[in-house]
Parts: sequence; C-alpha cells; structure tokens
Amino acid sequence: MGVAIQAVGLSKWFGSGETRTQAVKDVSFEADFHEMLYIVGPSGSGKTTLLSMLSGILRPSAGSVRVEDVDLWALDENSIADFRLHKVGFVFQDYHLFNKLTTVENVAIPLILRGQNWNDSLAAGQKVLEVVGLANRASLRPSKLSGGEQQRVAIARAIVSAPDLLIFDEPTASLDGDTGRKIVEFVRTHVLTDQRCILIVTHDDRIYEYADRILKMEDGRLIGSEKGGAHG
Amino acid sequence: MSGILRIGYKLLVNDRGKFIALLLGITFSVFLMIQVTSMFAGMMKKASATVTNTGAKMWVLDPAVTNVASSIPLPDYVLDAVRSIHGVKYAVPLYSGAGLVRLKDGTYQAVSILGLDDSSLYGRPVLLQGQISDIYAENGFLVVKDEEFGKLHNPGIGTEFEINDNRGVIVGIAKVPASGLFGMPTLYTTFSRAIQYIPSMRYTVSYILVEPASEAAIPDIKREVAKLGYEILTEAEFIDKITNWYMFGTGMGINLLIMTAISFVVGLSISGQTFYTFVLENLEKFGALKAIGAKGRELVYMILFQAGTTALAGYGLGVGLCALLIALAKFRVRDYASIITFNNLGMALGMVLVIASLSSYFAVRRVLRIEPFDIFRG
Repeated sequence: MGVAIQAVGLSKWFGSGETRTQAVKDVSFEADFHEMLYIVGPSGSGKTTLLSMLSGILRPSAGSVRVEDVDLWALDENSIADFRLHKVGFVFQDYHLFNKLTTVENVAIPLILRGQNWNDSLAAGQKVLEVVGLANRASLRPSKLSGGEQQRVAIARAIVSAPDLLIFDEPTASLDGDTGRKIVEFVRTHVLTDQRCILIVTHDDRIYEYADRILKMEDGRLIGSEKGGAHG
Repeated sequence: MSGILRIGYKLLVNDRGKFIALLLGITFSVFLMIQVTSMFAGMMKKASATVTNTGAKMWVLDPAVTNVASSIPLPDYVLDAVRSIHGVKYAVPLYSGAGLVRLKDGTYQAVSILGLDDSSLYGRPVLLQGQISDIYAENGFLVVKDEEFGKLHNPGIGTEFEINDNRGVIVGIAKVPASGLFGMPTLYTTFSRAIQYIPSMRYTVSYILVEPASEAAIPDIKREVAKLGYEILTEAEFIDKITNWYMFGTGMGINLLIMTAISFVVGLSISGQTFYTFVLENLEKFGALKAIGAKGRELVYMILFQAGTTALAGYGLGVGLCALLIALAKFRVRDYASIITFNNLGMALGMVLVIASLSSYFAVRRVLRIEPFDIFRG
C-alpha cells in the first residue's frame, strides 16, 4: 500500500531551563495507507503531542515528519496550513462543531475553506452525511443531535475533503462503550480506504479490536508496537 | 474568501441574543451621537438664520461681533470706504436689531427687525403674499411666515400694530429658509424706517453686505477692509464664526463633547464587551478552524467582517431611529431645532468604525493567539 507517513527522531520539549520538560522523546515510526494505527498510553505519555506534530499542528523540537515524501516541517506556515486543509482530516475529542451552523454546513467547512463554492460544498457535505447515515439530520443544529451523531458529523467533516490522513483524538472519550465501538467499527468499514491512513489516539482498550497496529507510549517514548485486533 | 465570510455571518446572526445585544449597543450609541449633534446643528442653523436668509456673499462687521444677533454698529464712513475698494461690485447697509411690538389686543411681543438697503432691498426674502414695492409704503413691514408667525396672531396684509409707539402695517408675507434661534417673529422693513422706528446708537449700520466683482477679488477686499480695522467674512466664514462662538464661547461645545463621548463609551462598552464575549465563546471553534487549515488572516477577515456588519447595521438602525424621532418631534413641535447633516452622519460613522475596530482588535488578538494545539490539549 505504500508509506503514508514517516516520523524520524521526533522530539518535543516545552519551556526552558529548570522548567523544561520533554513531552516526546526521539520517536520514529511509519504508517501505511489503509492502515488504522492506534497510539495508546496513559495520560501525559505524549500521545497528543505526537499526534499534533504528525498532523502539522505543533512544530517538533527535533526530528522530521514526511507525508507522501514531503518534509512537512520544512514548509512555511501558510503551506503547512494548506497541507492540513488538503491532506489531513481531524476529529477532535470534543468534536468542536459550530452549534450556530446546521449539520451540513459544519460538514462542508473544509471545502468552504478550500474556496469551493458554497452550494457545491453543501451538496458534497450532504453526500457525506448520507455515508455516515445522517442525511436526514442535515438541516439540524449539532446541539440537537446525540453524542454518537455528533461524532459522526465530526467524522463527516473530517472526510468530506477526501484527506489522505485522518486524525482521531480520543474518539470514544465522550461516548458510551457500545456507541464508541459502533463508531470505530463504522470508521474501519467505511472510512478507511486504500488511499487513506488513520491515526487514532486513545486509551480506550475496548476499541483495540479494530486497530491494524497499536503503538504504546510512556513518558514520551515509544515503548512497543503490537498488532491490533483487526488482524485476529 | 466569500465562503468564510458567509460562515462568519451565520455564526454572528444565528447567535441571536448576542447579535441583538450588539445591534442595540451600536444603535443606541449612534442614536445618541446623532441626536445630540443634530440638535446642535439645528440650533446653529437657527443661530445663523439671518446670514443664510440674507444670502449676501460677504459681510463686513466689527471684529468683536461673536454672533449675528449681537451686532456692533459700524460708522457710516466704513460703508463709503468699502464701496471704494477695488473689486467691490456693490456694498449696502443692513440694520439688524430687536423691537417690541404692541398687538391689537394690547399684548407685547418682541420681534427681530431687519432693515434692508432702501435703494436695492438687497437680502430681501421671498414673498408669499403682497408686492415687494409696498415695503416703501408708509409704515410698511414684511412679516416672515415661520414657526414664530403665530406669536403675532397670524397677521394678514393690512394688519396694523405699534412698534415703539410708531404705527406699523403688514404689507407682505414672506418666507425664509431658516427661522431664528430665540423664538422671535421676524419683520423686514427698509433701512431708513428701521433706524427711524427703533432706538439706535450714534452709528446705525449693523452690517455691510458686500458683493465682490469676482472670487479673485475677495483676498484684496479682505486685506483692504482689515486696514480699516474691520473684519470681512464670506457667508460660510461668518456661519463658522457664529458656530465656533456657540461651541467654545458658551459651554455648549463642552456639553456636546461630553454627550458625544458618553454615547461613544456606551456604545463601545456594550458592543465591545458583547463582541469580545462572542469571540471568547467561539475561541475553541476558531482554534478548530485553524487546525483544519484556516489561515490567520482568513480568521481576521472573518472577525472584521462580523464587526463591520454589526457596526453598519447598527449605524443604519441608529440613523433611522434618530430620523424617525426628529420627524415625529417636528410633527408635534414645528420649530424643533434638530437637523441631521452629512457632518453628523460622517462623525457618527467614524465613531462607529472606531468602536468596531477596537472591539475587533481585542478579538483578533485572542484569535491569533489561540494555537490549534490548544484544541487538542483541551
């Protein structure tokens, strides 16, 4: 399938002098297209910091990230923003949906940011809502939806622009166990494609069965890698 | 770019509570600013009524004159001297004073009296009834039909009255662009009759009205009049002088400034605070937009658009409300002194844009400071 993302010697420290703390220490790994990769570990182990560096949000203190052979952190700030807009889809832990916009408008945001025509963006958003099973919720505000539905709206927003890399931050943290499993199963079945790599940060072991591979982190280091439940 | 502005617009107007609070803040502020300055403009129009109604291009006056109602009489030789200045097409005297009229029923009414140059009647008003030549008839006076007309018991042609124990007869009814500030009816007569009927000092010429031969001659005329020790002003300059005196010489200006400042502060505090709260409440969402790929400048445009939209909508509502109130007030009180001028509108627009700029400045600072990483960290 090919390498989707490659991290080499990634490190990140915050502060300086006595207050300096290192959140991520010399992390290297690769993730392939059509791979659903989990990054797991206890709170404070550096998962979110690593995910931020991989997705072009947080500049690493050392190391590099290559996405489809592009050295991400060699780009200027505007190009990195463009990279996120065109190559990455985000599903935030708290979803961060706009309650003052309709569901379909929320979904269409990445396309609108790309400069696509408003009506065309909404039409594309409507199609993706059909994929996630929320076509009949298009005109509702997100606040009218259940937690699971909001999560699916967030997924729809992340995939509407057909990104190569999907980033999930604690996707089941706000959901009950059954809904969480259904969501991740849905992602595994309908969202993961041959042209896409999915990175999920979680410490919810109930969804490990859907992972291709699980990277374990502790104190900012990768301490192990194992196959996920998706491979039996 | 239009897409993100549309998102900004929807975020703004769909947050009805805050949007209404923002609009109310700006509307109220604009309403107050325009109302106060319109009242001042209205009063200044009335204060300069004699100048505008007369329509003379230039006025010669004593330099100590502060407003048209308080004239300081000029020696007769000044009129001759001005007439002899190269570039003066013609120059005529004007009498401006006040008198006490005794009406048929025995009551007294103070009036403003203007005495026009006998030979030219330069500065005469437009007549609604009567013939202008009748002003030369014995005891002839024109009366201005304005808001104060009723104080003379609505006289008609032929109505008689007493003025300083002299008989007066209305021979014409006139109209003028503006009525005076002090609520007195206005009578016109000839210069010679005015100084005959009204007790005068040694000098009788209140002002000299000058028609320059050309615009180019004005600087020379001014220089020559200054040599005589007197001042000569164009109509606009005289109006400015009157306005400045009311503004800075009477305390009205300070009151105006205070009221305008209060309106500005009210608008800024309500709108600024509400807009800032609106942005703070959406700060994480802005961070999410940044994470998704929105650039900082796009978010800045979005915020400026939101602030600008609110400011202009509030401005329009404030102007409309003020115009409505003035129209209603004028419907009930005919000589209500309030007019909305382009200067008022421009000043209020400037203030509103300052409010919008300050509000959005602090909002933009917060939005630019939010890092997408903060969204991940929660």
